[in-house]
Amino acid sequence: MTVETKLPYDKDYITQFSQDKNEPDWMRELRLQALDQAESLEMPKPDKTNISKWNFSNFKHDAAKGEKIASRDQLPEEILDFLDEKKDQENLLIQRNHSVAYEALAKELKDKGVIFTDIHTALREHSDLVKRYYMKDAVSVDEHRLTALHAALMNGGVFVYVPKNVQIEEPLQVIFWQEDPEASMFNHVLVVADDNSSLTYVENYFSQNREQETVANIVTEVIANNNAQISFGGVDNFAEGTTTYINRRGVTYRDARIEWALGQMNDGNTVSENVTHLVGENSWSNAKTVSVGRGSQSQNFTSKIVHFGKFTEGHILQHGVMKGKARAIFNGIGKIEHGASKSNAVQESRVLMLSEKARGDANPILLIDEDDVEAGHAASVGRVDPLQMYYLMSRGISRHEAERLVIHGFLAPVVNQLPIESVKNQLRQVIERKVY
Amino acid sequence: MAGSTLEIKNLHVEIEGNKILNGVNLTINGGEFHAVMGPNGTGKSTLASAIMGHPSFEITEGSVLLDGEEVLEMEVDERAKAGLFLGMQYPSEISGVTTSDFLRSSINARREEGDEIPLMKFIKEMDKALDFLEIDKNMAQRYLNEGFSGGEKKRNEILQLMLLKPEIAILDEIDSGLDIDALKVVSKGINKLRDEQFGCLIITHYQRLLNYITPDKVHVMMQGRVVKSGGPELAKRLEAEGYDWIKQELGIEDENVEQEV
Repeated sequence: MTVETKLPYDKDYITQFSQDKNEPDWMRELRLQALDQAESLEMPKPDKTNISKWNFSNFKHDAAKGEKIASRDQLPEEILDFLDEKKDQENLLIQRNHSVAYEALAKELKDKGVIFTDIHTALREHSDLVKRYYMKDAVSVDEHRLTALHAALMNGGVFVYVPKNVQIEEPLQVIFWQEDPEASMFNHVLVVADDNSSLTYVENYFSQNREQETVANIVTEVIANNNAQISFGGVDNFAEGTTTYINRRGVTYRDARIEWALGQMNDGNTVSENVTHLVGENSWSNAKTVSVGRGSQSQNFTSKIVHFGKFTEGHILQHGVMKGKARAIFNGIGKIEHGASKSNAVQESRVLMLSEKARGDANPILLIDEDDVEAGHAASVGRVDPLQMYYLMSRGISRHEAERLVIHGFLAPVVNQLPIESVKNQLRQVIERKVY
Repeated sequence: MAGSTLEIKNLHVEIEGNKILNGVNLTINGGEFHAVMGPNGTGKSTLASAIMGHPSFEITEGSVLLDGEEVLEMEVDERAKAGLFLGMQYPSEISGVTTSDFLRSSINARREEGDEIPLMKFIKEMDKALDFLEIDKNMAQRYLNEGFSGGEKKRNEILQLMLLKPEIAILDEIDSGLDIDALKVVSKGINKLRDEQFGCLIITHYQRLLNYITPDKVHVMMQGRVVKSGGPELAKRLEAEGYDWIKQELGIEDENVEQEV
């Protein structure tokens, strides 16, 4: 039985919302069309996870304006943890509910034409550039009801554009802070690296709503044009009350690379898709994710790399730890399309179970329509090795501490990959909190 | 007071219903080096593992006392904190945990909370031990035993021994798979710890380790128990003549613990 979810927002509301934001016409039209489509489209059907009872309708679309922040001192400690203590982060954006609370970009980068701003400003000031990429190359509006709803109700996010031949050394960091416990996050993140450019981008999602329910419906599009390099790090840390659909999708053109390092640490029900389309010849992606499930949350994680171009290379590494009564499905999918000869698809999924009642499934899937390729996969679901525990404990380390070391070690391959030291440490802390 | 005393009394051990040890008796005092020798399959390594609390072994009878305290009732980590150490024949590989972090956690585990070893002091001590054992300093930053050669794993066990400074150490075939240079280095490490406080039980298959570490007492195990004990001269005789003379003397036909049918 499917329950029809009545859409809580209508055409008039969306038209008004778009006008209030001074959006270009194309955006308003895209929203209205998406709203139409949302009514007829089906919900997504993540493998082996029933989301029909999840809350996707109860949320506050337009929350109170988040106050500006004049200095770091005004940030709560949980947010400060994301920031590097030692140095002033020159390239930082903090979104509080749906408005920008803090924004900084190094002058040198501004002078080179780098754009790093919130999505509403980008739509007003760089309309053509946003239009060229917004839900075009990566995610389509009509994939299912949630992508259409996202397009209709988009209420936050950032736009990053790095012009041709510009290399950015220092990371760009964004903190998405859902301060209002009922505020929805229909965030759209659009990262575009033009030919021969490079950047490192890191984002953190954070909320503290345990009781109050809301929805995060996030689409992130990452476009690496010819010979561009993008290193993308993310830590998702929504509290129990937030139901999350997050779709991070990358597209690589000729000789381009995208590296993903994602810490999927939400406490609420979550569907997380991380998909990369290797379109151009000799392009490459490396997708590393860590996840921790606890309580009675249900999660579905997909890491997928699709090879279209010849000589493309895709590596997937998923590590998950499950405790309590948490359930999670880990799909690792390597797909090689016909014509993508000399390509290589490698994937590895490992799930560590810490309790009897937790459930974790690792599904390695290879779909290959081309003969002249290489592919490999490995998957395992297991418990902490008693011999490892014995070895550590034989040096006086307590059972608790030994287990902690093994878990941190298990997650280290991804944690160590995160490009900002403070985010790395923050992820370690989140893992610590979630595991114990 | 000269160190600790480890008393093994009438120890019986089984694995999956097979009897491996059939009443081992052995006492090691602080300041003494004991060697346990014997052919393969006579229960030597089982003795080491059972004392430390390996999860696969079941103790069916007997006791192991450290200064009068029953070791067999302790958790594995409590045994270590009480002063026991086992240099393992096959140490586990732990991905993602650096050797250095592991060493520091191990040292701190034996200290009180709030009295953790200062980082600089730890690094100094570790570097000194690494130099002494001629170990490449990079090893400290590599994941624990992951991708280590057999020789590196053995040196790492001795490194831990030197930094943890236990009261009683059991070394399970610490010489197996070592070339002569590595054997000399490992022996040097063990000999450095020799003092009247430190007791050591060296399990070995070959006499050659005992050319570098002179034991005070030598024991021979067969059929899951100690069948003969003596001084260093016993090891020399075993090297020269093998084990057959003991079997004849004691009327043992098969030295193995259990016969496979």
